[in-house]
Amino acid sequence: MDYSIFGLLKNALTGNRLWAPVWRDPAPKQRYDTLIVGGGGHGLATAYYLAKEHGITDVAVLEKGYIGSGNVGRNTTIIRSNYLLPANTHFYEKSLQLWEGLEQDLNYNAMVSQRGVLNLFHSDAQRDAYARRGNAMRLAGVDADLLDAVTVRAMVPGIEMQDARFPVKGGLLQQRGGTVRHDAVAWGYARAADRRGADILQNTEVTGIRVEAGRVLGVETTRGFIGARRIGLAAAGHSSRVAAMAGLRLPIESHVLQAFVSEAVKPLLDTVVTFGAGHFYVSQSDKGGLVFGGDIDGYNSYAQRGSLPVVEEVMECAVTLFPAFSRLRYLRQWGGVMDMSMDGSPIIDRTPVEGLFLNCGWCYGGFKATPASGWCFAHTIATGQPHPLNAAFRLDRFATGAVLDEKGAGARPNLH
Amino acid sequence: MRINCPFCGTRGNEEFTVLGAADPVRPDADAPVPDWVAYAHARENPRGPHRDLWQHQHGCRAWLVVERDTLTHAVIAVRPARDA
Amino acid sequence: MSAQRWRLGEGGLIDRSRVLPFRFDERLLHGHPGDTLASALLANGVRLVGRSFKYHRPRGILSAGPEEPNALVELRGGARREPNTRATQVELFEGLEARSQNRWPSLGFDLGAVNGVLAPMIGAGFYYKTFMWPAAFWEKLYEPLIRRAAGLGRAPQAADPDRYERAHAHCDVLVIGAGPAGLMAALAAGRAGARVLLVEEDAALGGRLLSEAEEVDGRPGAEWAGAVEAELADMPRLRILRRTSAFALLDGGVVAAVERVADHLPEPPAHLPRQRSWKIVARRIVLAAGAIERPVVFGGNDRPGVMLAGAVRSYLNRHAVLPGRRAVVFTVGDDGWRSVADLLRGGAQIDAVVDARAEVPPEQAQLAARHGLRLVAGGRVTGTQGGRHLTAVRFADAAGREEGVGADLLAVSGGWNPSLHLACHLGNRPRWDAAIHAFVPGELPPGLVVAGAAAGRFSTHAALADGAATGLAAAQACGFDAAAPEIPRAEDAPRDAVPLFHVPGGRGKAFVDLQHDVTDADIALAHREGFRAAEHAKRYTTLGMATDQGKTAGVNGLAILARLAGQAISEVGTTTHRPPWTPVAIGAVAGPHRGRHFRPARHTPLHDWAAANGASFVEAGLWYRAQWYARPGEAGWRDSVDREVLAVRNAVGVCDVSTLGKIEVAGPGAAALLDLVYANTISTLAVGRLRYGLMLREDGFVMDDGTVARLAEDRFFVTTTTANAGAVLQHLEYCHQVLRPALDVSLLSVTDAWAQLSVAGPRARDLLAAVLDPGPDLSNAALPHMAWIAVRLGGVPCRLYRLSFSGELAYELGVPADYAEAAMRRIMERGASFGVTPYGTEALGVLRIEKGHPAGGELNGQTTARDLGLGRLVSTRKDCIGRRLAERPALTDPARPVLVGLKPADGRTPIRAGSHLLEPGVAAVTANGLGHVTSACFSPTLGMPIALALLSDGTARLGQRIRVFDPLRGGDLEAEICPPVFVDPQGERSRG
Repeated sequence: MDYSIFGLLKNALTGNRLWAPVWRDPAPKQRYDTLIVGGGGHGLATAYYLAKEHGITDVAVLEKGYIGSGNVGRNTTIIRSNYLLPANTHFYEKSLQLWEGLEQDLNYNAMVSQRGVLNLFHSDAQRDAYARRGNAMRLAGVDADLLDAVTVRAMVPGIEMQDARFPVKGGLLQQRGGTVRHDAVAWGYARAADRRGADILQNTEVTGIRVEAGRVLGVETTRGFIGARRIGLAAAGHSSRVAAMAGLRLPIESHVLQAFVSEAVKPLLDTVVTFGAGHFYVSQSDKGGLVFGGDIDGYNSYAQRGSLPVVEEVMECAVTLFPAFSRLRYLRQWGGVMDMSMDGSPIIDRTPVEGLFLNCGWCYGGFKATPASGWCFAHTIATGQPHPLNAAFRLDRFATGAVLDEKGAGARPNLH
Repeated sequence: MRINCPFCGTRGNEEFTVLGAADPVRPDADAPVPDWVAYAHARENPRGPHRDLWQHQHGCRAWLVVERDTLTHAVIAVRPARDA
Repeated sequence: MSAQRWRLGEGGLIDRSRVLPFRFDERLLHGHPGDTLASALLANGVRLVGRSFKYHRPRGILSAGPEEPNALVELRGGARREPNTRATQVELFEGLEARSQNRWPSLGFDLGAVNGVLAPMIGAGFYYKTFMWPAAFWEKLYEPLIRRAAGLGRAPQAADPDRYERAHAHCDVLVIGAGPAGLMAALAAGRAGARVLLVEEDAALGGRLLSEAEEVDGRPGAEWAGAVEAELADMPRLRILRRTSAFALLDGGVVAAVERVADHLPEPPAHLPRQRSWKIVARRIVLAAGAIERPVVFGGNDRPGVMLAGAVRSYLNRHAVLPGRRAVVFTVGDDGWRSVADLLRGGAQIDAVVDARAEVPPEQAQLAARHGLRLVAGGRVTGTQGGRHLTAVRFADAAGREEGVGADLLAVSGGWNPSLHLACHLGNRPRWDAAIHAFVPGELPPGLVVAGAAAGRFSTHAALADGAATGLAAAQACGFDAAAPEIPRAEDAPRDAVPLFHVPGGRGKAFVDLQHDVTDADIALAHREGFRAAEHAKRYTTLGMATDQGKTAGVNGLAILARLAGQAISEVGTTTHRPPWTPVAIGAVAGPHRGRHFRPARHTPLHDWAAANGASFVEAGLWYRAQWYARPGEAGWRDSVDREVLAVRNAVGVCDVSTLGKIEVAGPGAAALLDLVYANTISTLAVGRLRYGLMLREDGFVMDDGTVARLAEDRFFVTTTTANAGAVLQHLEYCHQVLRPALDVSLLSVTDAWAQLSVAGPRARDLLAAVLDPGPDLSNAALPHMAWIAVRLGGVPCRLYRLSFSGELAYELGVPADYAEAAMRRIMERGASFGVTPYGTEALGVLRIEKGHPAGGELNGQTTARDLGLGRLVSTRKDCIGRRLAERPALTDPARPVLVGLKPADGRTPIRAGSHLLEPGVAAVTANGLGHVTSACFSPTLGMPIALALLSDGTARLGQRIRVFDPLRGGDLEAEICPPVFVDPQGERSRG
């Protein structure tokens, strides 16, 4: 059934007993046209767009646990397209545009909230670097504004501009950026993909990829072999391990990124704010919690937890930027496994194995990319060719040198 | 996390910086470029024991090969990189 | 003084000799030292304490500890306001002020309660199904409404006035929790001689012993705890941290804790922080954190007056407060009967004891009979009545017959959940113990053991014995030993109970998560909609995500899910326990590193001199650098900078460049190492000479640049940019220790040892001749460009490097840091006749842009040597970092943007860095972008704005026009493309 206010009313009057499962729980078929490995945001979005854009519905999404158990459910919910390099700007702008119509498209309220993303700068050099990025955004048709200190102060109550080691000089604002209720993205795509015929197979772990004469035949799973003509890998932090099943060694390291949420308080911050003098970003969720995070810990990890130095740094940044946050309490911390690529940009591409497609390298930008990643990956799988929007996200760019290094940090995943 | 520096003793990881995988071997200068590409970019990225390079930056500044479990964060062994 | 009408006449661990006035919602009340805010409110008969999150239902006090979901208040006021503070953990102090939250207009009459009527519409996840039309209304209408309704308390609006500290502790044995198990563990380990740290969240030691009417070793439990505390206090190697929550177990046996140093005081005294965050490194950890009582989910279980049975005993025994006069006790086993006994002793009337067990043990049945209590065996509470407070309880007997009795207190005992949170912080999963119907620790993290109730061993005797054994074993593991302490006599009664988590089908809403208003119907809906994984149900309903993190809700939620799924609880799984155990002030973890102390400040040896001479400073990494030196009469910074630049071009200037990274590289292998690190060859450099050095990253892009001076055959002095000083040293050490360990080289940072003064301008040689001690031949022949000599200044050995960043005749004078100010004074004194002018980083920047030297804007990590016009420097005859990967096609693509200069076509419109470059007349879209402006300034030398830029096919475009587009700042002009060197392109001045 379509969700609507009338549906809510009708169900309320019938004791909410008529709601159906949001997605089916089918038994796996022996064979599908296309398998997506990874039931996170990207995998589920891929299944949805395969059906919607390409009419491919003989699809199963294989998830080793429950859907949305990876990074789509453990991030800081920020969406934006404020990138410098054209390939990234255009791709993330596509994503932002898909976010803007997502709820009506999926008939699921993911609470897309375009409350603005503000990157603060603290020096003339940083201002000029942000101006370069903002101008690049404008050339790409993306909204961007460079704010002076007075405007920043008016926009973000409680921010400390002056009495600071690195006073705030201004900020780069993308008003169309914002936040989305993260879990709802997984559930909304799952429901929409399911309604178009895709099978979502939870508790189905891929244990092997069967390749013969250079082409994929299917996957071994904890529920038996499942054959397929095409397989798309969307395993985020576990991409290296999954790709290794097909003999691929990726330019990826898995790193831990921590995030935090505070106790819920009445509204006090209406914008996503990133600090320019330390690793820190913060927004306030609709529930009232401050959601904030910082830099990756810097070492390879699959542990979904980080260490104290990063926690301390994040809290230092928080109270430096917002001195009134000091008495608020943080409530929960968690870690996600990030597929950090060697240049900080993603990979959506074919692989040397016929019929095997790769979607990885999202670093900590994967959540905002979800719609466009699914959209482009679906295109790449369906047509066998990258879409122009992901043509630069090639696996062989490290061999050619056509890297997409936003920060200029080099082949050091822990610096991106 | 705590790392046992062979020179200074066990210290918190805030005293160290980490570079990345220790195992890739820098090719000879005249090795083909694809070897160099693999050296600089392709990573095993195991889920389990892994050898990575850390520097005791705020201590003795020794570069260390730290064998560490990426799933449990257990530190298995630490050796000076120059001896590794 | 208002009467504390619910205070018992005697008993309790309170100091009746002192009366503490406090206010709740502006109402003046009184309590005693030893009270919590919750016990003091109860003593004054205040039952309604807050309103719930979603339905705004009246809520009271459920617990007496950190699990409290309901009694959350705004504590203190102004800049010290602390929202969402658990009244059950606030120690009462004189003048305390607290306010109820999430109500309007008042706590008693809250309009938000209308949400209760809408409840069928706004159950779990309703918001995912609506608010979608029209799309634009979300940000404008729906979301602001939701946001205003959500949240509980209000954050303070001003900066926190209090201080915070960080502290480190190392110990052999860390004992977390000072109940019977923890006290015995500390005692055993302490007597063995181990270094022990005992951490207790409460202000007092004793744990449940403070709340129970039971004896240990023949005396009241609290008294026994006091005696142990006295012995512990005398142990020199044992330290007790009270009011301290161990909130996270981290990798490597590190425990993070927060000590509430002054939260029990009206304000922190001047010498104390408000809180102190501890990083505790322990060889062994004994987790003795006790257990949390579990409520039972039934209709109307949220009404003020419904209280955990153990909390009832806490209020009775510890605080001498009677939480109700007419009580019903609802228990799943033996434990609730202790509350029956204590309530009777406190003088309450008990109208019924509803025991979920079909067979109630004889001694309890006899207790009921003795006091004429109504005993309902095999019973269930099915509903409650009351407006703002409980007035009646409905229950059903084993046959399902329902009846109601009047009551103002319903004590509920649903069993106990071990507080095993820290044992799970490193990813270990707890195990379901069918014998006690609770999760107990499963596989444990290395070095940690769990003792007493936290391990699911609930009797006092078991806790004492467990504590003694684990404490001693922990000490032994650290190499200490002693005889095991004698186990004191204590109750060892069985804890018989039946598993009852939920009474379905009762009247009214049955809450699982009280704070988030998650009901059994919400979980059923989640299950119906396919959110069957424990984590899905949790996220869909928000169960366990409130400030209490599900301490009273988690297991009941799983039990309901398990029943819906027809599975055992162990099959449904657990939710993950993540740090922190209890919410922790952000400021406490931040400690003192905030505001101006966020990061250390680095000052050059000339900082004070510059400050005294009119300098404005700018942050450069951790450094403060002199940006310009204003003089009287100058209208703005541009005046100063223009004057400084012209002084260098026409006379002589002096600039503090001490922030450059400076490294000495010494040893027989030094030259070989530098040949590896730099793209150009260093080993051919003669002693006494300098060379510009360019460093690549291994991926072929430019990393840094600087100069290399050969001090001796086996000794070099290299400089780096200010920004990369640390990274370059690390890189050199990496290249040496990891890539070339066989080379015999020593590396030493001498950045802080040497002050470095740039002396630049046509009169630089004359100035130096006047300043330096007589002797050195400064002539062009003796000291040519890119050479260095040892000199003395006032007898102090210095080094004079002839090199130029500005393009003028220029030197850098290296002065030992301690003599920098003296050297500067002499330069200014003796240079006055040459027109010597101090200049800052702005003028330095202008001079280098005029000269086309790459710096920050160009060395951005995305450029190649060729992009910067330095391609010829990269030697192809030796191995060096970055050489091979720089050969990749995309790095050698002739279309890559290269460094060019720009001049505004009209000769006056400023160019801004960050502008993009387009062919004139084409559409301003990405595809037409040709590059960007990397650095820009006004050149007083040329009398016009100039810029450096990276431009595709830049060399071929020299002399052409380009559009400089800066839509962000409204800039749009045409510029002429020129070579990047604006001044003295032949380099004659620097060699003159």
